[in-house]
Amino acid sequence: MMKLEGKVALVTGASRGIGREIALQLARNGANVAVNYSGSQEKAEQVAKEIQEMGRKAFVIQANVADTDQVQGMIKQTIDELGKIDILVNNAGVTRDNLLIRMKDDEWDDVMSINLKGVFLTTKAVSRSMMKQRSGRIINISSIVGVTGNPGQANYVAAKAGVIGLTKTTAKELSSRGITVNAVAPGFIETDMTDKLTVEIQDEMKKQIPLARFGQPEDIANVVVFLASDDASYMTGQTLHVDGGMVM
Amino acid sequence: MAEVLERVTKIIVDRLGVDESEIKLEASFKEDLGADSLDVVELVMELEDEFDMVISDEDAEKIGSVGDAVTYIQNNM
Repeated sequence: MMKLEGKVALVTGASRGIGREIALQLARNGANVAVNYSGSQEKAEQVAKEIQEMGRKAFVIQANVADTDQVQGMIKQTIDELGKIDILVNNAGVTRDNLLIRMKDDEWDDVMSINLKGVFLTTKAVSRSMMKQRSGRIINISSIVGVTGNPGQANYVAAKAGVIGLTKTTAKELSSRGITVNAVAPGFIETDMTDKLTVEIQDEMKKQIPLARFGQPEDIANVVVFLASDDASYMTGQTLHVDGGMVM
Repeated sequence: MAEVLERVTKIIVDRLGVDESEIKLEASFKEDLGADSLDVVELVMELEDEFDMVISDEDAEKIGSVGDAVTYIQNNM
Protein backbone atom coordinates (compact mmCIF):
# COMPACT_ATOMS: atom_id res chain seq x y z
CA MET A 1 0.00 0.00 0.00
CA MET A 2 1.23 3.45 -0.88
CA LYS A 3 2.02 5.98 1.83
CA LEU A 4 -0.82 8.33 0.98
CA GLU A 5 -3.42 5.90 -0.35
CA GLY A 6 -6.90 7.39 -0.03
CA LYS A 7 -5.68 10.77 1.18
CA VAL A 8 -6.79 14.06 -0.34
CA ALA A 9 -4.31 16.90 -0.76
CA LEU A 10 -4.76 20.54 -1.71
CA VAL A 11 -1.62 22.20 -3.07
CA THR A 12 -1.63 25.96 -3.61
CA GLY A 13 0.42 27.37 -6.46
CA ALA A 14 0.63 23.91 -8.00
CA SER A 15 0.84 24.80 -11.68
CA ARG A 16 4.59 25.40 -11.76
CA GLY A 17 7.93 24.87 -10.05
CA ILE A 18 8.07 23.32 -6.61
CA GLY A 19 4.28 23.27 -6.21
CA ARG A 20 3.84 21.31 -9.42
CA GLU A 21 6.34 18.69 -8.30
CA ILE A 22 4.73 18.47 -4.84
CA ALA A 23 1.33 17.82 -6.41
CA LEU A 24 2.75 15.13 -8.69
CA GLN A 25 4.77 13.47 -5.95
CA LEU A 26 1.79 13.36 -3.55
CA ALA A 27 -0.19 11.70 -6.33
CA ARG A 28 2.60 9.20 -7.07
CA ASN A 29 2.32 8.19 -3.43
CA GLY A 30 -1.41 7.60 -3.69
CA ALA A 31 -3.12 10.92 -2.94
CA ASN A 32 -5.93 12.57 -4.85
CA VAL A 33 -5.00 16.19 -5.46
CA ALA A 34 -6.68 19.57 -5.87
CA VAL A 35 -4.38 21.66 -8.05
CA ASN A 36 -4.69 25.34 -7.19
CA TYR A 37 -3.40 28.01 -9.52
CA SER A 38 -3.71 31.75 -9.82
CA GLY A 39 -2.86 32.61 -13.44
CA SER A 40 -1.47 29.59 -15.30
CA GLN A 41 -4.59 27.63 -16.13
CA GLU A 42 -3.10 25.55 -18.94
CA LYS A 43 -0.13 24.50 -16.85
CA ALA A 44 -2.40 23.61 -13.94
CA GLU A 45 -4.56 21.49 -16.24
CA GLN A 46 -1.46 19.70 -17.46
CA VAL A 47 -0.58 18.82 -13.84
CA ALA A 48 -4.10 17.55 -13.19
CA LYS A 49 -3.98 15.50 -16.38
CA GLU A 50 -0.68 13.86 -15.36
CA ILE A 51 -2.19 12.98 -11.99
CA GLN A 52 -5.31 11.50 -13.59
CA GLU A 53 -3.09 9.39 -15.83
CA MET A 54 -1.66 7.85 -12.65
CA GLY A 55 -5.17 6.70 -11.82
CA ARG A 56 -5.79 9.31 -9.11
CA LYS A 57 -8.43 11.98 -8.92
CA ALA A 58 -7.38 15.55 -9.63
CA PHE A 59 -9.00 18.82 -10.57
CA VAL A 60 -7.82 22.39 -11.05
CA ILE A 61 -9.11 25.28 -9.04
CA GLN A 62 -8.40 28.94 -9.67
CA ALA A 63 -8.08 31.07 -6.54
CA ASN A 64 -5.99 33.95 -5.28
CA VAL A 65 -4.86 32.81 -1.83
CA ALA A 66 -4.85 36.41 -0.60
CA ASP A 67 -8.63 36.67 -1.13
CA THR A 68 -10.74 35.35 1.75
CA ASP A 69 -13.82 34.53 -0.34
CA GLN A 70 -11.84 32.80 -3.06
CA VAL A 71 -9.98 30.74 -0.45
CA GLN A 72 -13.18 29.66 1.26
CA GLY A 73 -14.64 28.75 -2.12
CA MET A 74 -11.53 26.72 -2.94
CA ILE A 75 -11.77 24.71 0.30
CA LYS A 76 -15.47 24.08 -0.19
CA GLN A 77 -15.05 22.99 -3.78
CA THR A 78 -12.19 20.65 -2.87
CA ILE A 79 -14.32 18.97 -0.20
CA ASP A 80 -17.29 18.80 -2.59
CA GLU A 81 -15.19 17.21 -5.35
CA LEU A 82 -12.83 14.98 -3.37
CA GLY A 83 -14.77 14.41 -0.14
CA LYS A 84 -12.34 15.85 2.43
CA ILE A 85 -8.92 17.44 2.85
CA ASP A 86 -6.22 15.50 4.70
CA ILE A 87 -3.19 17.42 3.50
CA LEU A 88 -2.83 21.13 2.82
CA VAL A 89 0.38 22.35 1.22
CA ASN A 90 0.72 26.12 1.34
CA ASN A 91 3.11 26.66 -1.50
CA ALA A 92 1.79 29.64 -3.48
CA GLY A 93 4.26 32.49 -3.51
CA VAL A 94 5.56 35.41 -5.51
CA THR A 95 8.63 37.63 -5.49
CA ARG A 96 8.81 41.40 -6.03
CA ASP A 97 12.47 41.98 -5.32
CA ASN A 98 13.93 45.39 -4.68
CA LEU A 99 16.41 46.97 -2.33
CA LEU A 100 14.74 48.05 0.87
CA ILE A 101 15.47 51.68 0.19
CA ARG A 102 13.78 51.43 -3.22
CA MET A 103 10.95 49.10 -2.23
CA LYS A 104 7.48 50.44 -2.93
CA ASP A 105 4.52 49.87 -0.65
CA ASP A 106 2.74 47.74 -3.22
CA GLU A 107 5.80 45.52 -3.66
CA TRP A 108 5.79 44.93 0.07
CA ASP A 109 2.02 44.46 0.29
CA ASP A 110 1.72 42.06 -2.67
CA VAL A 111 4.33 39.70 -1.31
CA MET A 112 3.03 39.81 2.25
CA SER A 113 -0.55 39.24 1.04
CA ILE A 114 0.18 36.19 -1.05
CA ASN A 115 3.12 34.63 0.80
CA LEU A 116 2.02 35.21 4.39
CA LYS A 117 -1.64 36.23 4.58
CA GLY A 118 -2.39 33.54 2.01
CA VAL A 119 -1.03 30.88 4.37
CA PHE A 120 -3.13 32.29 7.20
CA LEU A 121 -6.34 32.38 5.15
CA THR A 122 -5.94 28.92 3.67
CA THR A 123 -4.98 27.38 7.00
CA LYS A 124 -7.91 29.04 8.74
CA ALA A 125 -10.33 27.86 6.09
CA VAL A 126 -9.13 24.26 6.15
CA SER A 127 -8.85 24.00 9.94
CA ARG A 128 -12.56 23.58 10.42
CA SER A 129 -12.82 20.34 8.50
CA MET A 130 -9.51 19.03 9.83
CA MET A 131 -10.64 19.72 13.42
CA LYS A 132 -13.83 17.81 12.78
CA GLN A 133 -12.05 14.81 11.33
CA ARG A 134 -9.51 14.94 14.17
CA SER A 135 -6.61 14.64 11.74
CA GLY A 136 -4.78 16.67 9.17
CA ARG A 137 -1.41 17.68 7.84
CA ILE A 138 -0.54 21.26 7.05
CA ILE A 139 2.78 21.82 5.32
CA ASN A 140 3.97 25.34 4.70
CA ILE A 141 6.68 26.16 2.21
CA SER A 142 8.98 28.74 3.74
CA SER A 143 12.47 29.52 2.43
CA ILE A 144 16.07 29.50 3.53
CA VAL A 145 16.07 33.28 3.25
CA GLY A 146 13.37 33.45 5.92
CA VAL A 147 16.10 32.25 8.29
CA THR A 148 19.22 33.84 6.82
CA GLY A 149 17.92 37.09 5.29
CA ASN A 150 18.75 38.12 1.75
CA PRO A 151 19.57 41.53 0.26
CA GLY A 152 16.89 42.75 -2.14
CA GLN A 153 14.17 40.59 -0.65
CA ALA A 154 12.99 42.37 2.51
CA ASN A 155 9.36 41.64 1.67
CA TYR A 156 9.90 38.00 0.71
CA VAL A 157 12.19 37.33 3.67
CA ALA A 158 9.77 38.92 6.15
CA ALA A 159 6.91 36.85 4.75
CA LYS A 160 8.90 33.59 4.77
CA ALA A 161 10.13 34.22 8.33
CA GLY A 162 6.51 34.95 9.21
CA VAL A 163 5.50 31.58 7.79
CA ILE A 164 7.85 29.86 10.24
CA GLY A 165 6.28 31.67 13.20
CA LEU A 166 2.79 30.99 11.88
CA THR A 167 3.70 27.32 11.50
CA LYS A 168 4.72 27.07 15.17
CA THR A 169 1.62 28.83 16.46
CA THR A 170 -0.75 26.85 14.27
CA ALA A 171 1.00 23.67 15.38
CA LYS A 172 0.39 24.55 19.03
CA GLU A 173 -3.23 25.58 18.51
CA LEU A 174 -4.23 22.51 16.54
CA SER A 175 -2.10 19.79 18.13
CA SER A 176 -4.89 18.66 20.46
CA ARG A 177 -7.04 17.93 17.41
CA GLY A 178 -4.60 15.55 15.74
CA ILE A 179 -3.38 18.08 13.20
CA THR A 180 0.33 18.55 12.59
CA VAL A 181 1.79 21.67 11.04
CA ASN A 182 5.33 21.79 9.71
CA ALA A 183 7.34 23.94 7.35
CA VAL A 184 9.90 23.16 4.69
CA ALA A 185 12.57 25.75 3.96
CA PRO A 186 14.05 25.13 0.51
CA GLY A 187 17.46 26.48 -0.37
CA PHE A 188 18.29 27.23 -3.98
CA ILE A 189 16.03 25.03 -6.07
CA GLU A 190 16.11 25.08 -9.86
CA THR A 191 12.78 26.61 -10.97
CA ASP A 192 11.54 29.51 -13.09
CA MET A 193 12.30 31.69 -10.08
CA THR A 194 16.02 30.81 -10.01
CA ASP A 195 16.39 30.57 -13.81
CA LYS A 196 16.04 34.35 -13.85
CA LEU A 197 19.39 34.70 -12.05
CA THR A 198 22.56 35.33 -14.08
CA VAL A 199 25.12 32.54 -14.47
CA GLU A 200 27.62 34.53 -12.38
CA ILE A 201 25.18 34.81 -9.50
CA GLN A 202 24.32 31.13 -9.83
CA ASP A 203 28.01 30.15 -9.65
CA GLU A 204 28.50 32.41 -6.67
CA MET A 205 25.55 30.76 -4.95
CA LYS A 206 26.85 27.24 -5.52
CA LYS A 207 30.01 28.15 -3.61
CA GLN A 208 27.84 28.70 -0.53
CA ILE A 209 26.18 25.28 -0.75
CA PRO A 210 28.04 22.46 1.05
CA LEU A 211 26.62 19.91 -1.39
CA ALA A 212 27.82 22.22 -4.22
CA ARG A 213 24.74 22.00 -6.41
CA PHE A 214 21.25 23.45 -6.68
CA GLY A 215 18.37 21.36 -5.44
CA GLN A 216 15.63 20.01 -7.65
CA PRO A 217 11.89 20.42 -7.03
CA GLU A 218 11.76 16.68 -6.24
CA ASP A 219 14.07 17.23 -3.28
CA ILE A 220 11.40 19.42 -1.70
CA ALA A 221 8.49 17.24 -2.83
CA ASN A 222 10.04 14.16 -1.21
CA VAL A 223 10.22 15.90 2.15
CA VAL A 224 6.64 17.13 1.78
CA VAL A 225 5.51 13.54 1.14
CA PHE A 226 7.37 12.47 4.27
CA LEU A 227 5.68 15.17 6.37
CA ALA A 228 2.30 14.24 4.92
CA SER A 229 2.75 10.55 5.69
CA ASP A 230 2.36 8.55 8.91
CA ASP A 231 6.16 8.42 9.10
CA ALA A 232 6.10 12.00 10.40
CA SER A 233 3.19 11.62 12.82
CA TYR A 234 5.29 12.61 15.87
CA MET A 235 6.60 15.86 14.35
CA THR A 236 4.88 19.22 14.55
CA GLY A 237 5.93 22.87 14.52
CA GLN A 238 9.20 22.04 12.80
CA THR A 239 10.98 23.70 9.93
CA LEU A 240 12.94 21.27 7.81
CA HIS A 241 15.84 22.78 5.91
CA VAL A 242 16.26 21.23 2.50
CA ASP A 243 19.11 23.29 1.15
CA GLY A 244 22.20 21.18 0.51
CA GLY A 245 23.49 22.03 3.96
CA MET A 246 23.45 25.82 3.78
CA VAL A 247 21.70 26.25 7.12
CA MET A 248 23.09 24.07 9.87
CA MET B 1 -37.24 26.80 23.52
CA ALA B 2 -37.28 23.39 25.16
CA GLU B 3 -36.45 21.69 21.91
CA VAL B 4 -33.52 24.03 21.17
CA LEU B 5 -32.15 23.61 24.70
CA GLU B 6 -32.46 19.86 24.39
CA ARG B 7 -30.50 19.73 21.15
CA VAL B 8 -27.88 22.17 22.46
CA THR B 9 -27.55 20.13 25.64
CA LYS B 10 -26.94 16.93 23.72
CA ILE B 11 -24.13 18.55 21.73
CA ILE B 12 -22.49 19.95 24.87
CA VAL B 13 -22.71 16.62 26.68
CA ASP B 14 -21.15 14.82 23.69
CA ARG B 15 -18.45 17.40 23.08
CA LEU B 16 -17.39 18.31 26.61
CA GLY B 17 -18.14 15.04 28.34
CA VAL B 18 -20.04 16.78 31.14
CA ASP B 19 -23.09 15.49 32.98
CA GLU B 20 -26.44 16.69 31.69
CA SER B 21 -27.28 17.98 35.19
CA GLU B 22 -24.46 20.53 34.95
CA ILE B 23 -26.01 22.21 31.94
CA LYS B 24 -27.94 25.27 33.01
CA LEU B 25 -28.68 28.38 30.96
CA GLU B 26 -26.27 30.47 33.02
CA ALA B 27 -23.45 27.91 32.78
CA SER B 28 -20.35 29.33 31.11
CA PHE B 29 -18.61 26.94 28.73
CA LYS B 30 -15.17 27.85 30.00
CA GLU B 31 -15.80 28.68 33.67
CA ASP B 32 -18.37 26.03 34.52
CA LEU B 33 -18.12 23.30 31.90
CA GLY B 34 -14.35 23.01 31.57
CA ALA B 35 -14.11 23.98 27.90
CA ASP B 36 -10.98 25.55 26.46
CA SER B 37 -11.08 28.15 23.66
CA LEU B 38 -10.85 25.54 20.92
CA ASP B 39 -13.68 23.51 22.50
CA VAL B 40 -15.92 26.58 22.28
CA VAL B 41 -14.99 27.05 18.61
CA GLU B 42 -15.91 23.43 17.96
CA LEU B 43 -19.17 23.73 19.88
CA VAL B 44 -20.15 26.65 17.71
CA MET B 45 -19.21 24.66 14.59
CA GLU B 46 -21.44 21.80 15.73
CA LEU B 47 -24.29 24.15 16.52
CA GLU B 48 -23.98 25.50 12.97
CA ASP B 49 -24.32 21.98 11.60
CA GLU B 50 -27.10 20.94 13.97
CA PHE B 51 -29.22 24.02 13.26
CA ASP B 52 -28.09 24.50 9.66
CA MET B 53 -26.95 28.08 10.12
CA VAL B 54 -23.80 30.13 9.68
CA ILE B 55 -22.59 31.93 12.80
CA SER B 56 -20.18 34.76 12.01
CA ASP B 57 -16.90 35.09 13.91
CA GLU B 58 -18.23 38.27 15.53
CA ASP B 59 -21.36 36.55 16.80
CA ALA B 60 -19.48 33.41 17.78
CA GLU B 61 -17.24 35.42 20.08
CA LYS B 62 -20.30 36.55 22.04
CA ILE B 63 -21.45 32.99 22.72
CA GLY B 64 -19.95 32.16 26.11
CA SER B 65 -22.71 30.35 27.94
CA VAL B 66 -25.44 27.80 27.32
CA GLY B 67 -28.01 30.61 27.47
CA ASP B 68 -26.06 32.69 24.92
CA ALA B 69 -26.14 29.76 22.50
CA VAL B 70 -29.84 29.02 22.98
CA THR B 71 -30.80 32.70 22.63
CA TYR B 72 -28.69 33.13 19.51
CA ILE B 73 -30.17 30.09 17.87
CA GLN B 74 -33.75 31.05 18.70
CA ASN B 75 -33.22 34.55 17.32
CA ASN B 76 -31.63 33.32 14.11
CA MET B 77 -33.54 30.18 13.23
